[in-house]
Amino acid sequence: MSDDLLFDIFEPGETPLPHADDEVAVGIDLGTTNSVVAISRSGKPEVLRDAKARTLIPSVVAYGLDGSVIVGEEARELILDRPHDVVSSIKRLMGRGIEDIKAVAGQLPFEVDGDASGMVRIKVAGRTLTPVEISADILRAVRAQAEQALGKKAPKAVITVPAYFDDAARTATKDAARLAGIEVLRLVNEPTAAALAYGLDQGAEGLYAVYDLGGGTFDVSLLRMEKGVFQVKATGGDAALGGDDIDHMIAEKFLHERSEADLNPGKVKQALMTARVAKECLTAREAGEWMLEFDGRTSRHALTRVELDAMIAPLVGRTMAICRQVLEDGGAAPSDVKGVVLVGGSTRVPAVRQAVADLFGAMPLANINPDEVVAVGAAQQAEALTVGSDTLLLDVTPLSLGLETMGGIVEKVIFRNTPIPTAMAQEFTTYQDGQTAMMIHVVQGERELVSQNRSLARFTLSGIPAMAAGAARIRVSFTVDADGLLTVSAREMTTGVESQVQVKPSYGLSEDEMANMLKDSMEHAKEDMAARLLAESKVDAKRNALAVKAALTHDGDLLSKEEWGLIDQALAKVDAACQGTDREAVLAASDALELATKPFAEKRMDRGIRKALAGVSMDNLEKRVGE
Amino acid sequence: MNFEAHHTDGLEACVVECWSCKGPASPRALFCSVCGAVQPPRPLDHFQRLGLMPSFDIDQGELERHYFGFQRRLHPDRFAAKSGKERLNSQQQAMALNESYETLKDPLKRAAYLLKLKGKKVDDADGATISDPMLLMEQMEAREALMEADSAEQVQAILARTESDIAYAVDDLSQAFQAGCLDGAAKLVLKMKYLLRLSDEARGRKARLMKGA
Repeated sequence: MSDDLLFDIFEPGETPLPHADDEVAVGIDLGTTNSVVAISRSGKPEVLRDAKARTLIPSVVAYGLDGSVIVGEEARELILDRPHDVVSSIKRLMGRGIEDIKAVAGQLPFEVDGDASGMVRIKVAGRTLTPVEISADILRAVRAQAEQALGKKAPKAVITVPAYFDDAARTATKDAARLAGIEVLRLVNEPTAAALAYGLDQGAEGLYAVYDLGGGTFDVSLLRMEKGVFQVKATGGDAALGGDDIDHMIAEKFLHERSEADLNPGKVKQALMTARVAKECLTAREAGEWMLEFDGRTSRHALTRVELDAMIAPLVGRTMAICRQVLEDGGAAPSDVKGVVLVGGSTRVPAVRQAVADLFGAMPLANINPDEVVAVGAAQQAEALTVGSDTLLLDVTPLSLGLETMGGIVEKVIFRNTPIPTAMAQEFTTYQDGQTAMMIHVVQGERELVSQNRSLARFTLSGIPAMAAGAARIRVSFTVDADGLLTVSAREMTTGVESQVQVKPSYGLSEDEMANMLKDSMEHAKEDMAARLLAESKVDAKRNALAVKAALTHDGDLLSKEEWGLIDQALAKVDAACQGTDREAVLAASDALELATKPFAEKRMDRGIRKALAGVSMDNLEKRVGE
Repeated sequence: MNFEAHHTDGLEACVVECWSCKGPASPRALFCSVCGAVQPPRPLDHFQRLGLMPSFDIDQGELERHYFGFQRRLHPDRFAAKSGKERLNSQQQAMALNESYETLKDPLKRAAYLLKLKGKKVDDADGATISDPMLLMEQMEAREALMEADSAEQVQAILARTESDIAYAVDDLSQAFQAGCLDGAAKLVLKMKYLLRLSDEARGRKARLMKGA
């Protein structure tokens, strides 16, 4: 409390805290190939540009041996000169373990660290980095572009993720934002964000599908839009399917034609870039020829659109099978769908458009920029969360969540397409006499066997009292919040032994690793953390004070003048503390207020109960209370 | 604490304490009428939570209107800038609404829940044996037919028949509840569980046959 005076010398406008008016909340589409940032003010969205008026920020990071970091177009231009220092498409590795990517490691333009357990690591420019750190570098650049364009701080954001991202990939995305010093207001699914932008822009009503084929991920969502409600009916996808795969197919063909024996990341990167150019050219043209040049040898490679279509037919077919499954899950026929919104750069490929048109029996809608629509929706949601809005997004969980039971079988606890937030619990029992501990293995996926699904976390519930097999009752509760993130807790019901985990592990960063990274990161120094805690305690204290003031207006007649005076004093102290910057003082004043109002609260409850006893029926009371 | 619990026993239904201003609040109130703070969800049944009369015959449009209406006021997106306790209450309210909505929108879940509300137990179909010999016969025959079907068209015919059986079962359920015949309703719930499982299997088999073709 004695510190109060020290801090009170700051005038309210001059406190070292950032002033709310100088802060904005933005929407960020953190893409595999490109990232985009947008803002919405008074319902009007705007995509933010860099100094050269570009909206797309390539999700490419170049690392220098001197520790320098370059992000975006300038980094992309360095891919050929310094292939070992440049990382692209890092989103494909978010929340992945080394085992996950072994199957594709040969194709990846990265050198991955083979020894690491848990989250995969990339070797670049003499450093070993996690996908979380690399994504944080992209997010820092995105944030800087937004702040430059707006001339304001942008410490809060809605960040989009593929709807089909599992819990590990979502957590990794949130961790990356934390490292970049960005407070995540909400993780929003990309197709849902696109639907929000599209629906608000076009006033769409009815059942719509969003077909989102990005650089590295595929999502399809079925939504009902009406009167400001965006209700996701079903969602599906593949977190490892996208335009990158088309590039890889073309690059493999070209490298095969060249009979290139001695492959290295540099050559692969050059072939991939040429492949991408070829793919984009064939959107408008029927045929073309491209050159590869390295090791002093030039080779020419012809490709027609017909050949390309045949090459990618399996990929397109896979997306169509997923679309049919989502329609079935949503209980809809293709003819029930009023329109299909195309999202993601890869939907420019003519064969993709044709397949979508064939399945749904109508030409898809593309009258809104497929590269920017997700960021626009994210910005609109950011405005809704900070300023308020009449629209409502109701999303679902994309994958079923379950537990391993005897024999490696999955017992599903939450089924896919359940509206979030959601909480479910299931009871299990011990299978051996005297068993005192139980291993809980949480998995995500649709298959029957544990080994076919993705392992999210393992934890042990110990301290179960020894009982006969089948006598203990272990209740495992799953909670999925509005970000789609899972928390699991387990409790032995006869004794109350409890164990709770924020599902972090199998492929995530541990709290220790995260803490170390935060320490290393300049922006997110201690002061930032303290400022956030202070702001939170002020929100709580001000809210408490308002509640007491409302109670005084309503029930003040219960108090004597002296009693009222004491409460007023306590209120004044809360006000004073909230003007300062001492969190302890805010907390102390808030506690003192609670103590000072305790007798008042008791009198109010007494009166409420007396009224009830006097025979006021519940409905009457409700009416009166509701007035 | 214990004393209070005793003291207010039986009154809990009429008055609860608002966590925020500590005054009396109605247990049905979503927001405190004095301080306006969002309240945690109270133990209501699914019909009460969504403001509907407890009945098997519910209007889907009305169900959705009510669900959206409550979510508009209680969804966590409305409380993103509020205090931690308000965010938590809103999340729990939204979870309770989602559970009620998911239970009531599905005819089978709605019927089973209504029976539970009325104190009627339904045989658990998971692993339990069918005690009704007629139902057992029907299901065995249907399953056999499905196993023998080796073209997508044949499976489609079985699927269509099963789906029409499900629609009839829903009609029968409605009549059973209207007549107050809980035993009949319980039998129909069990029948529907089997029909739904059969249609799931038929759909899976159809998909496999089409992939193979």
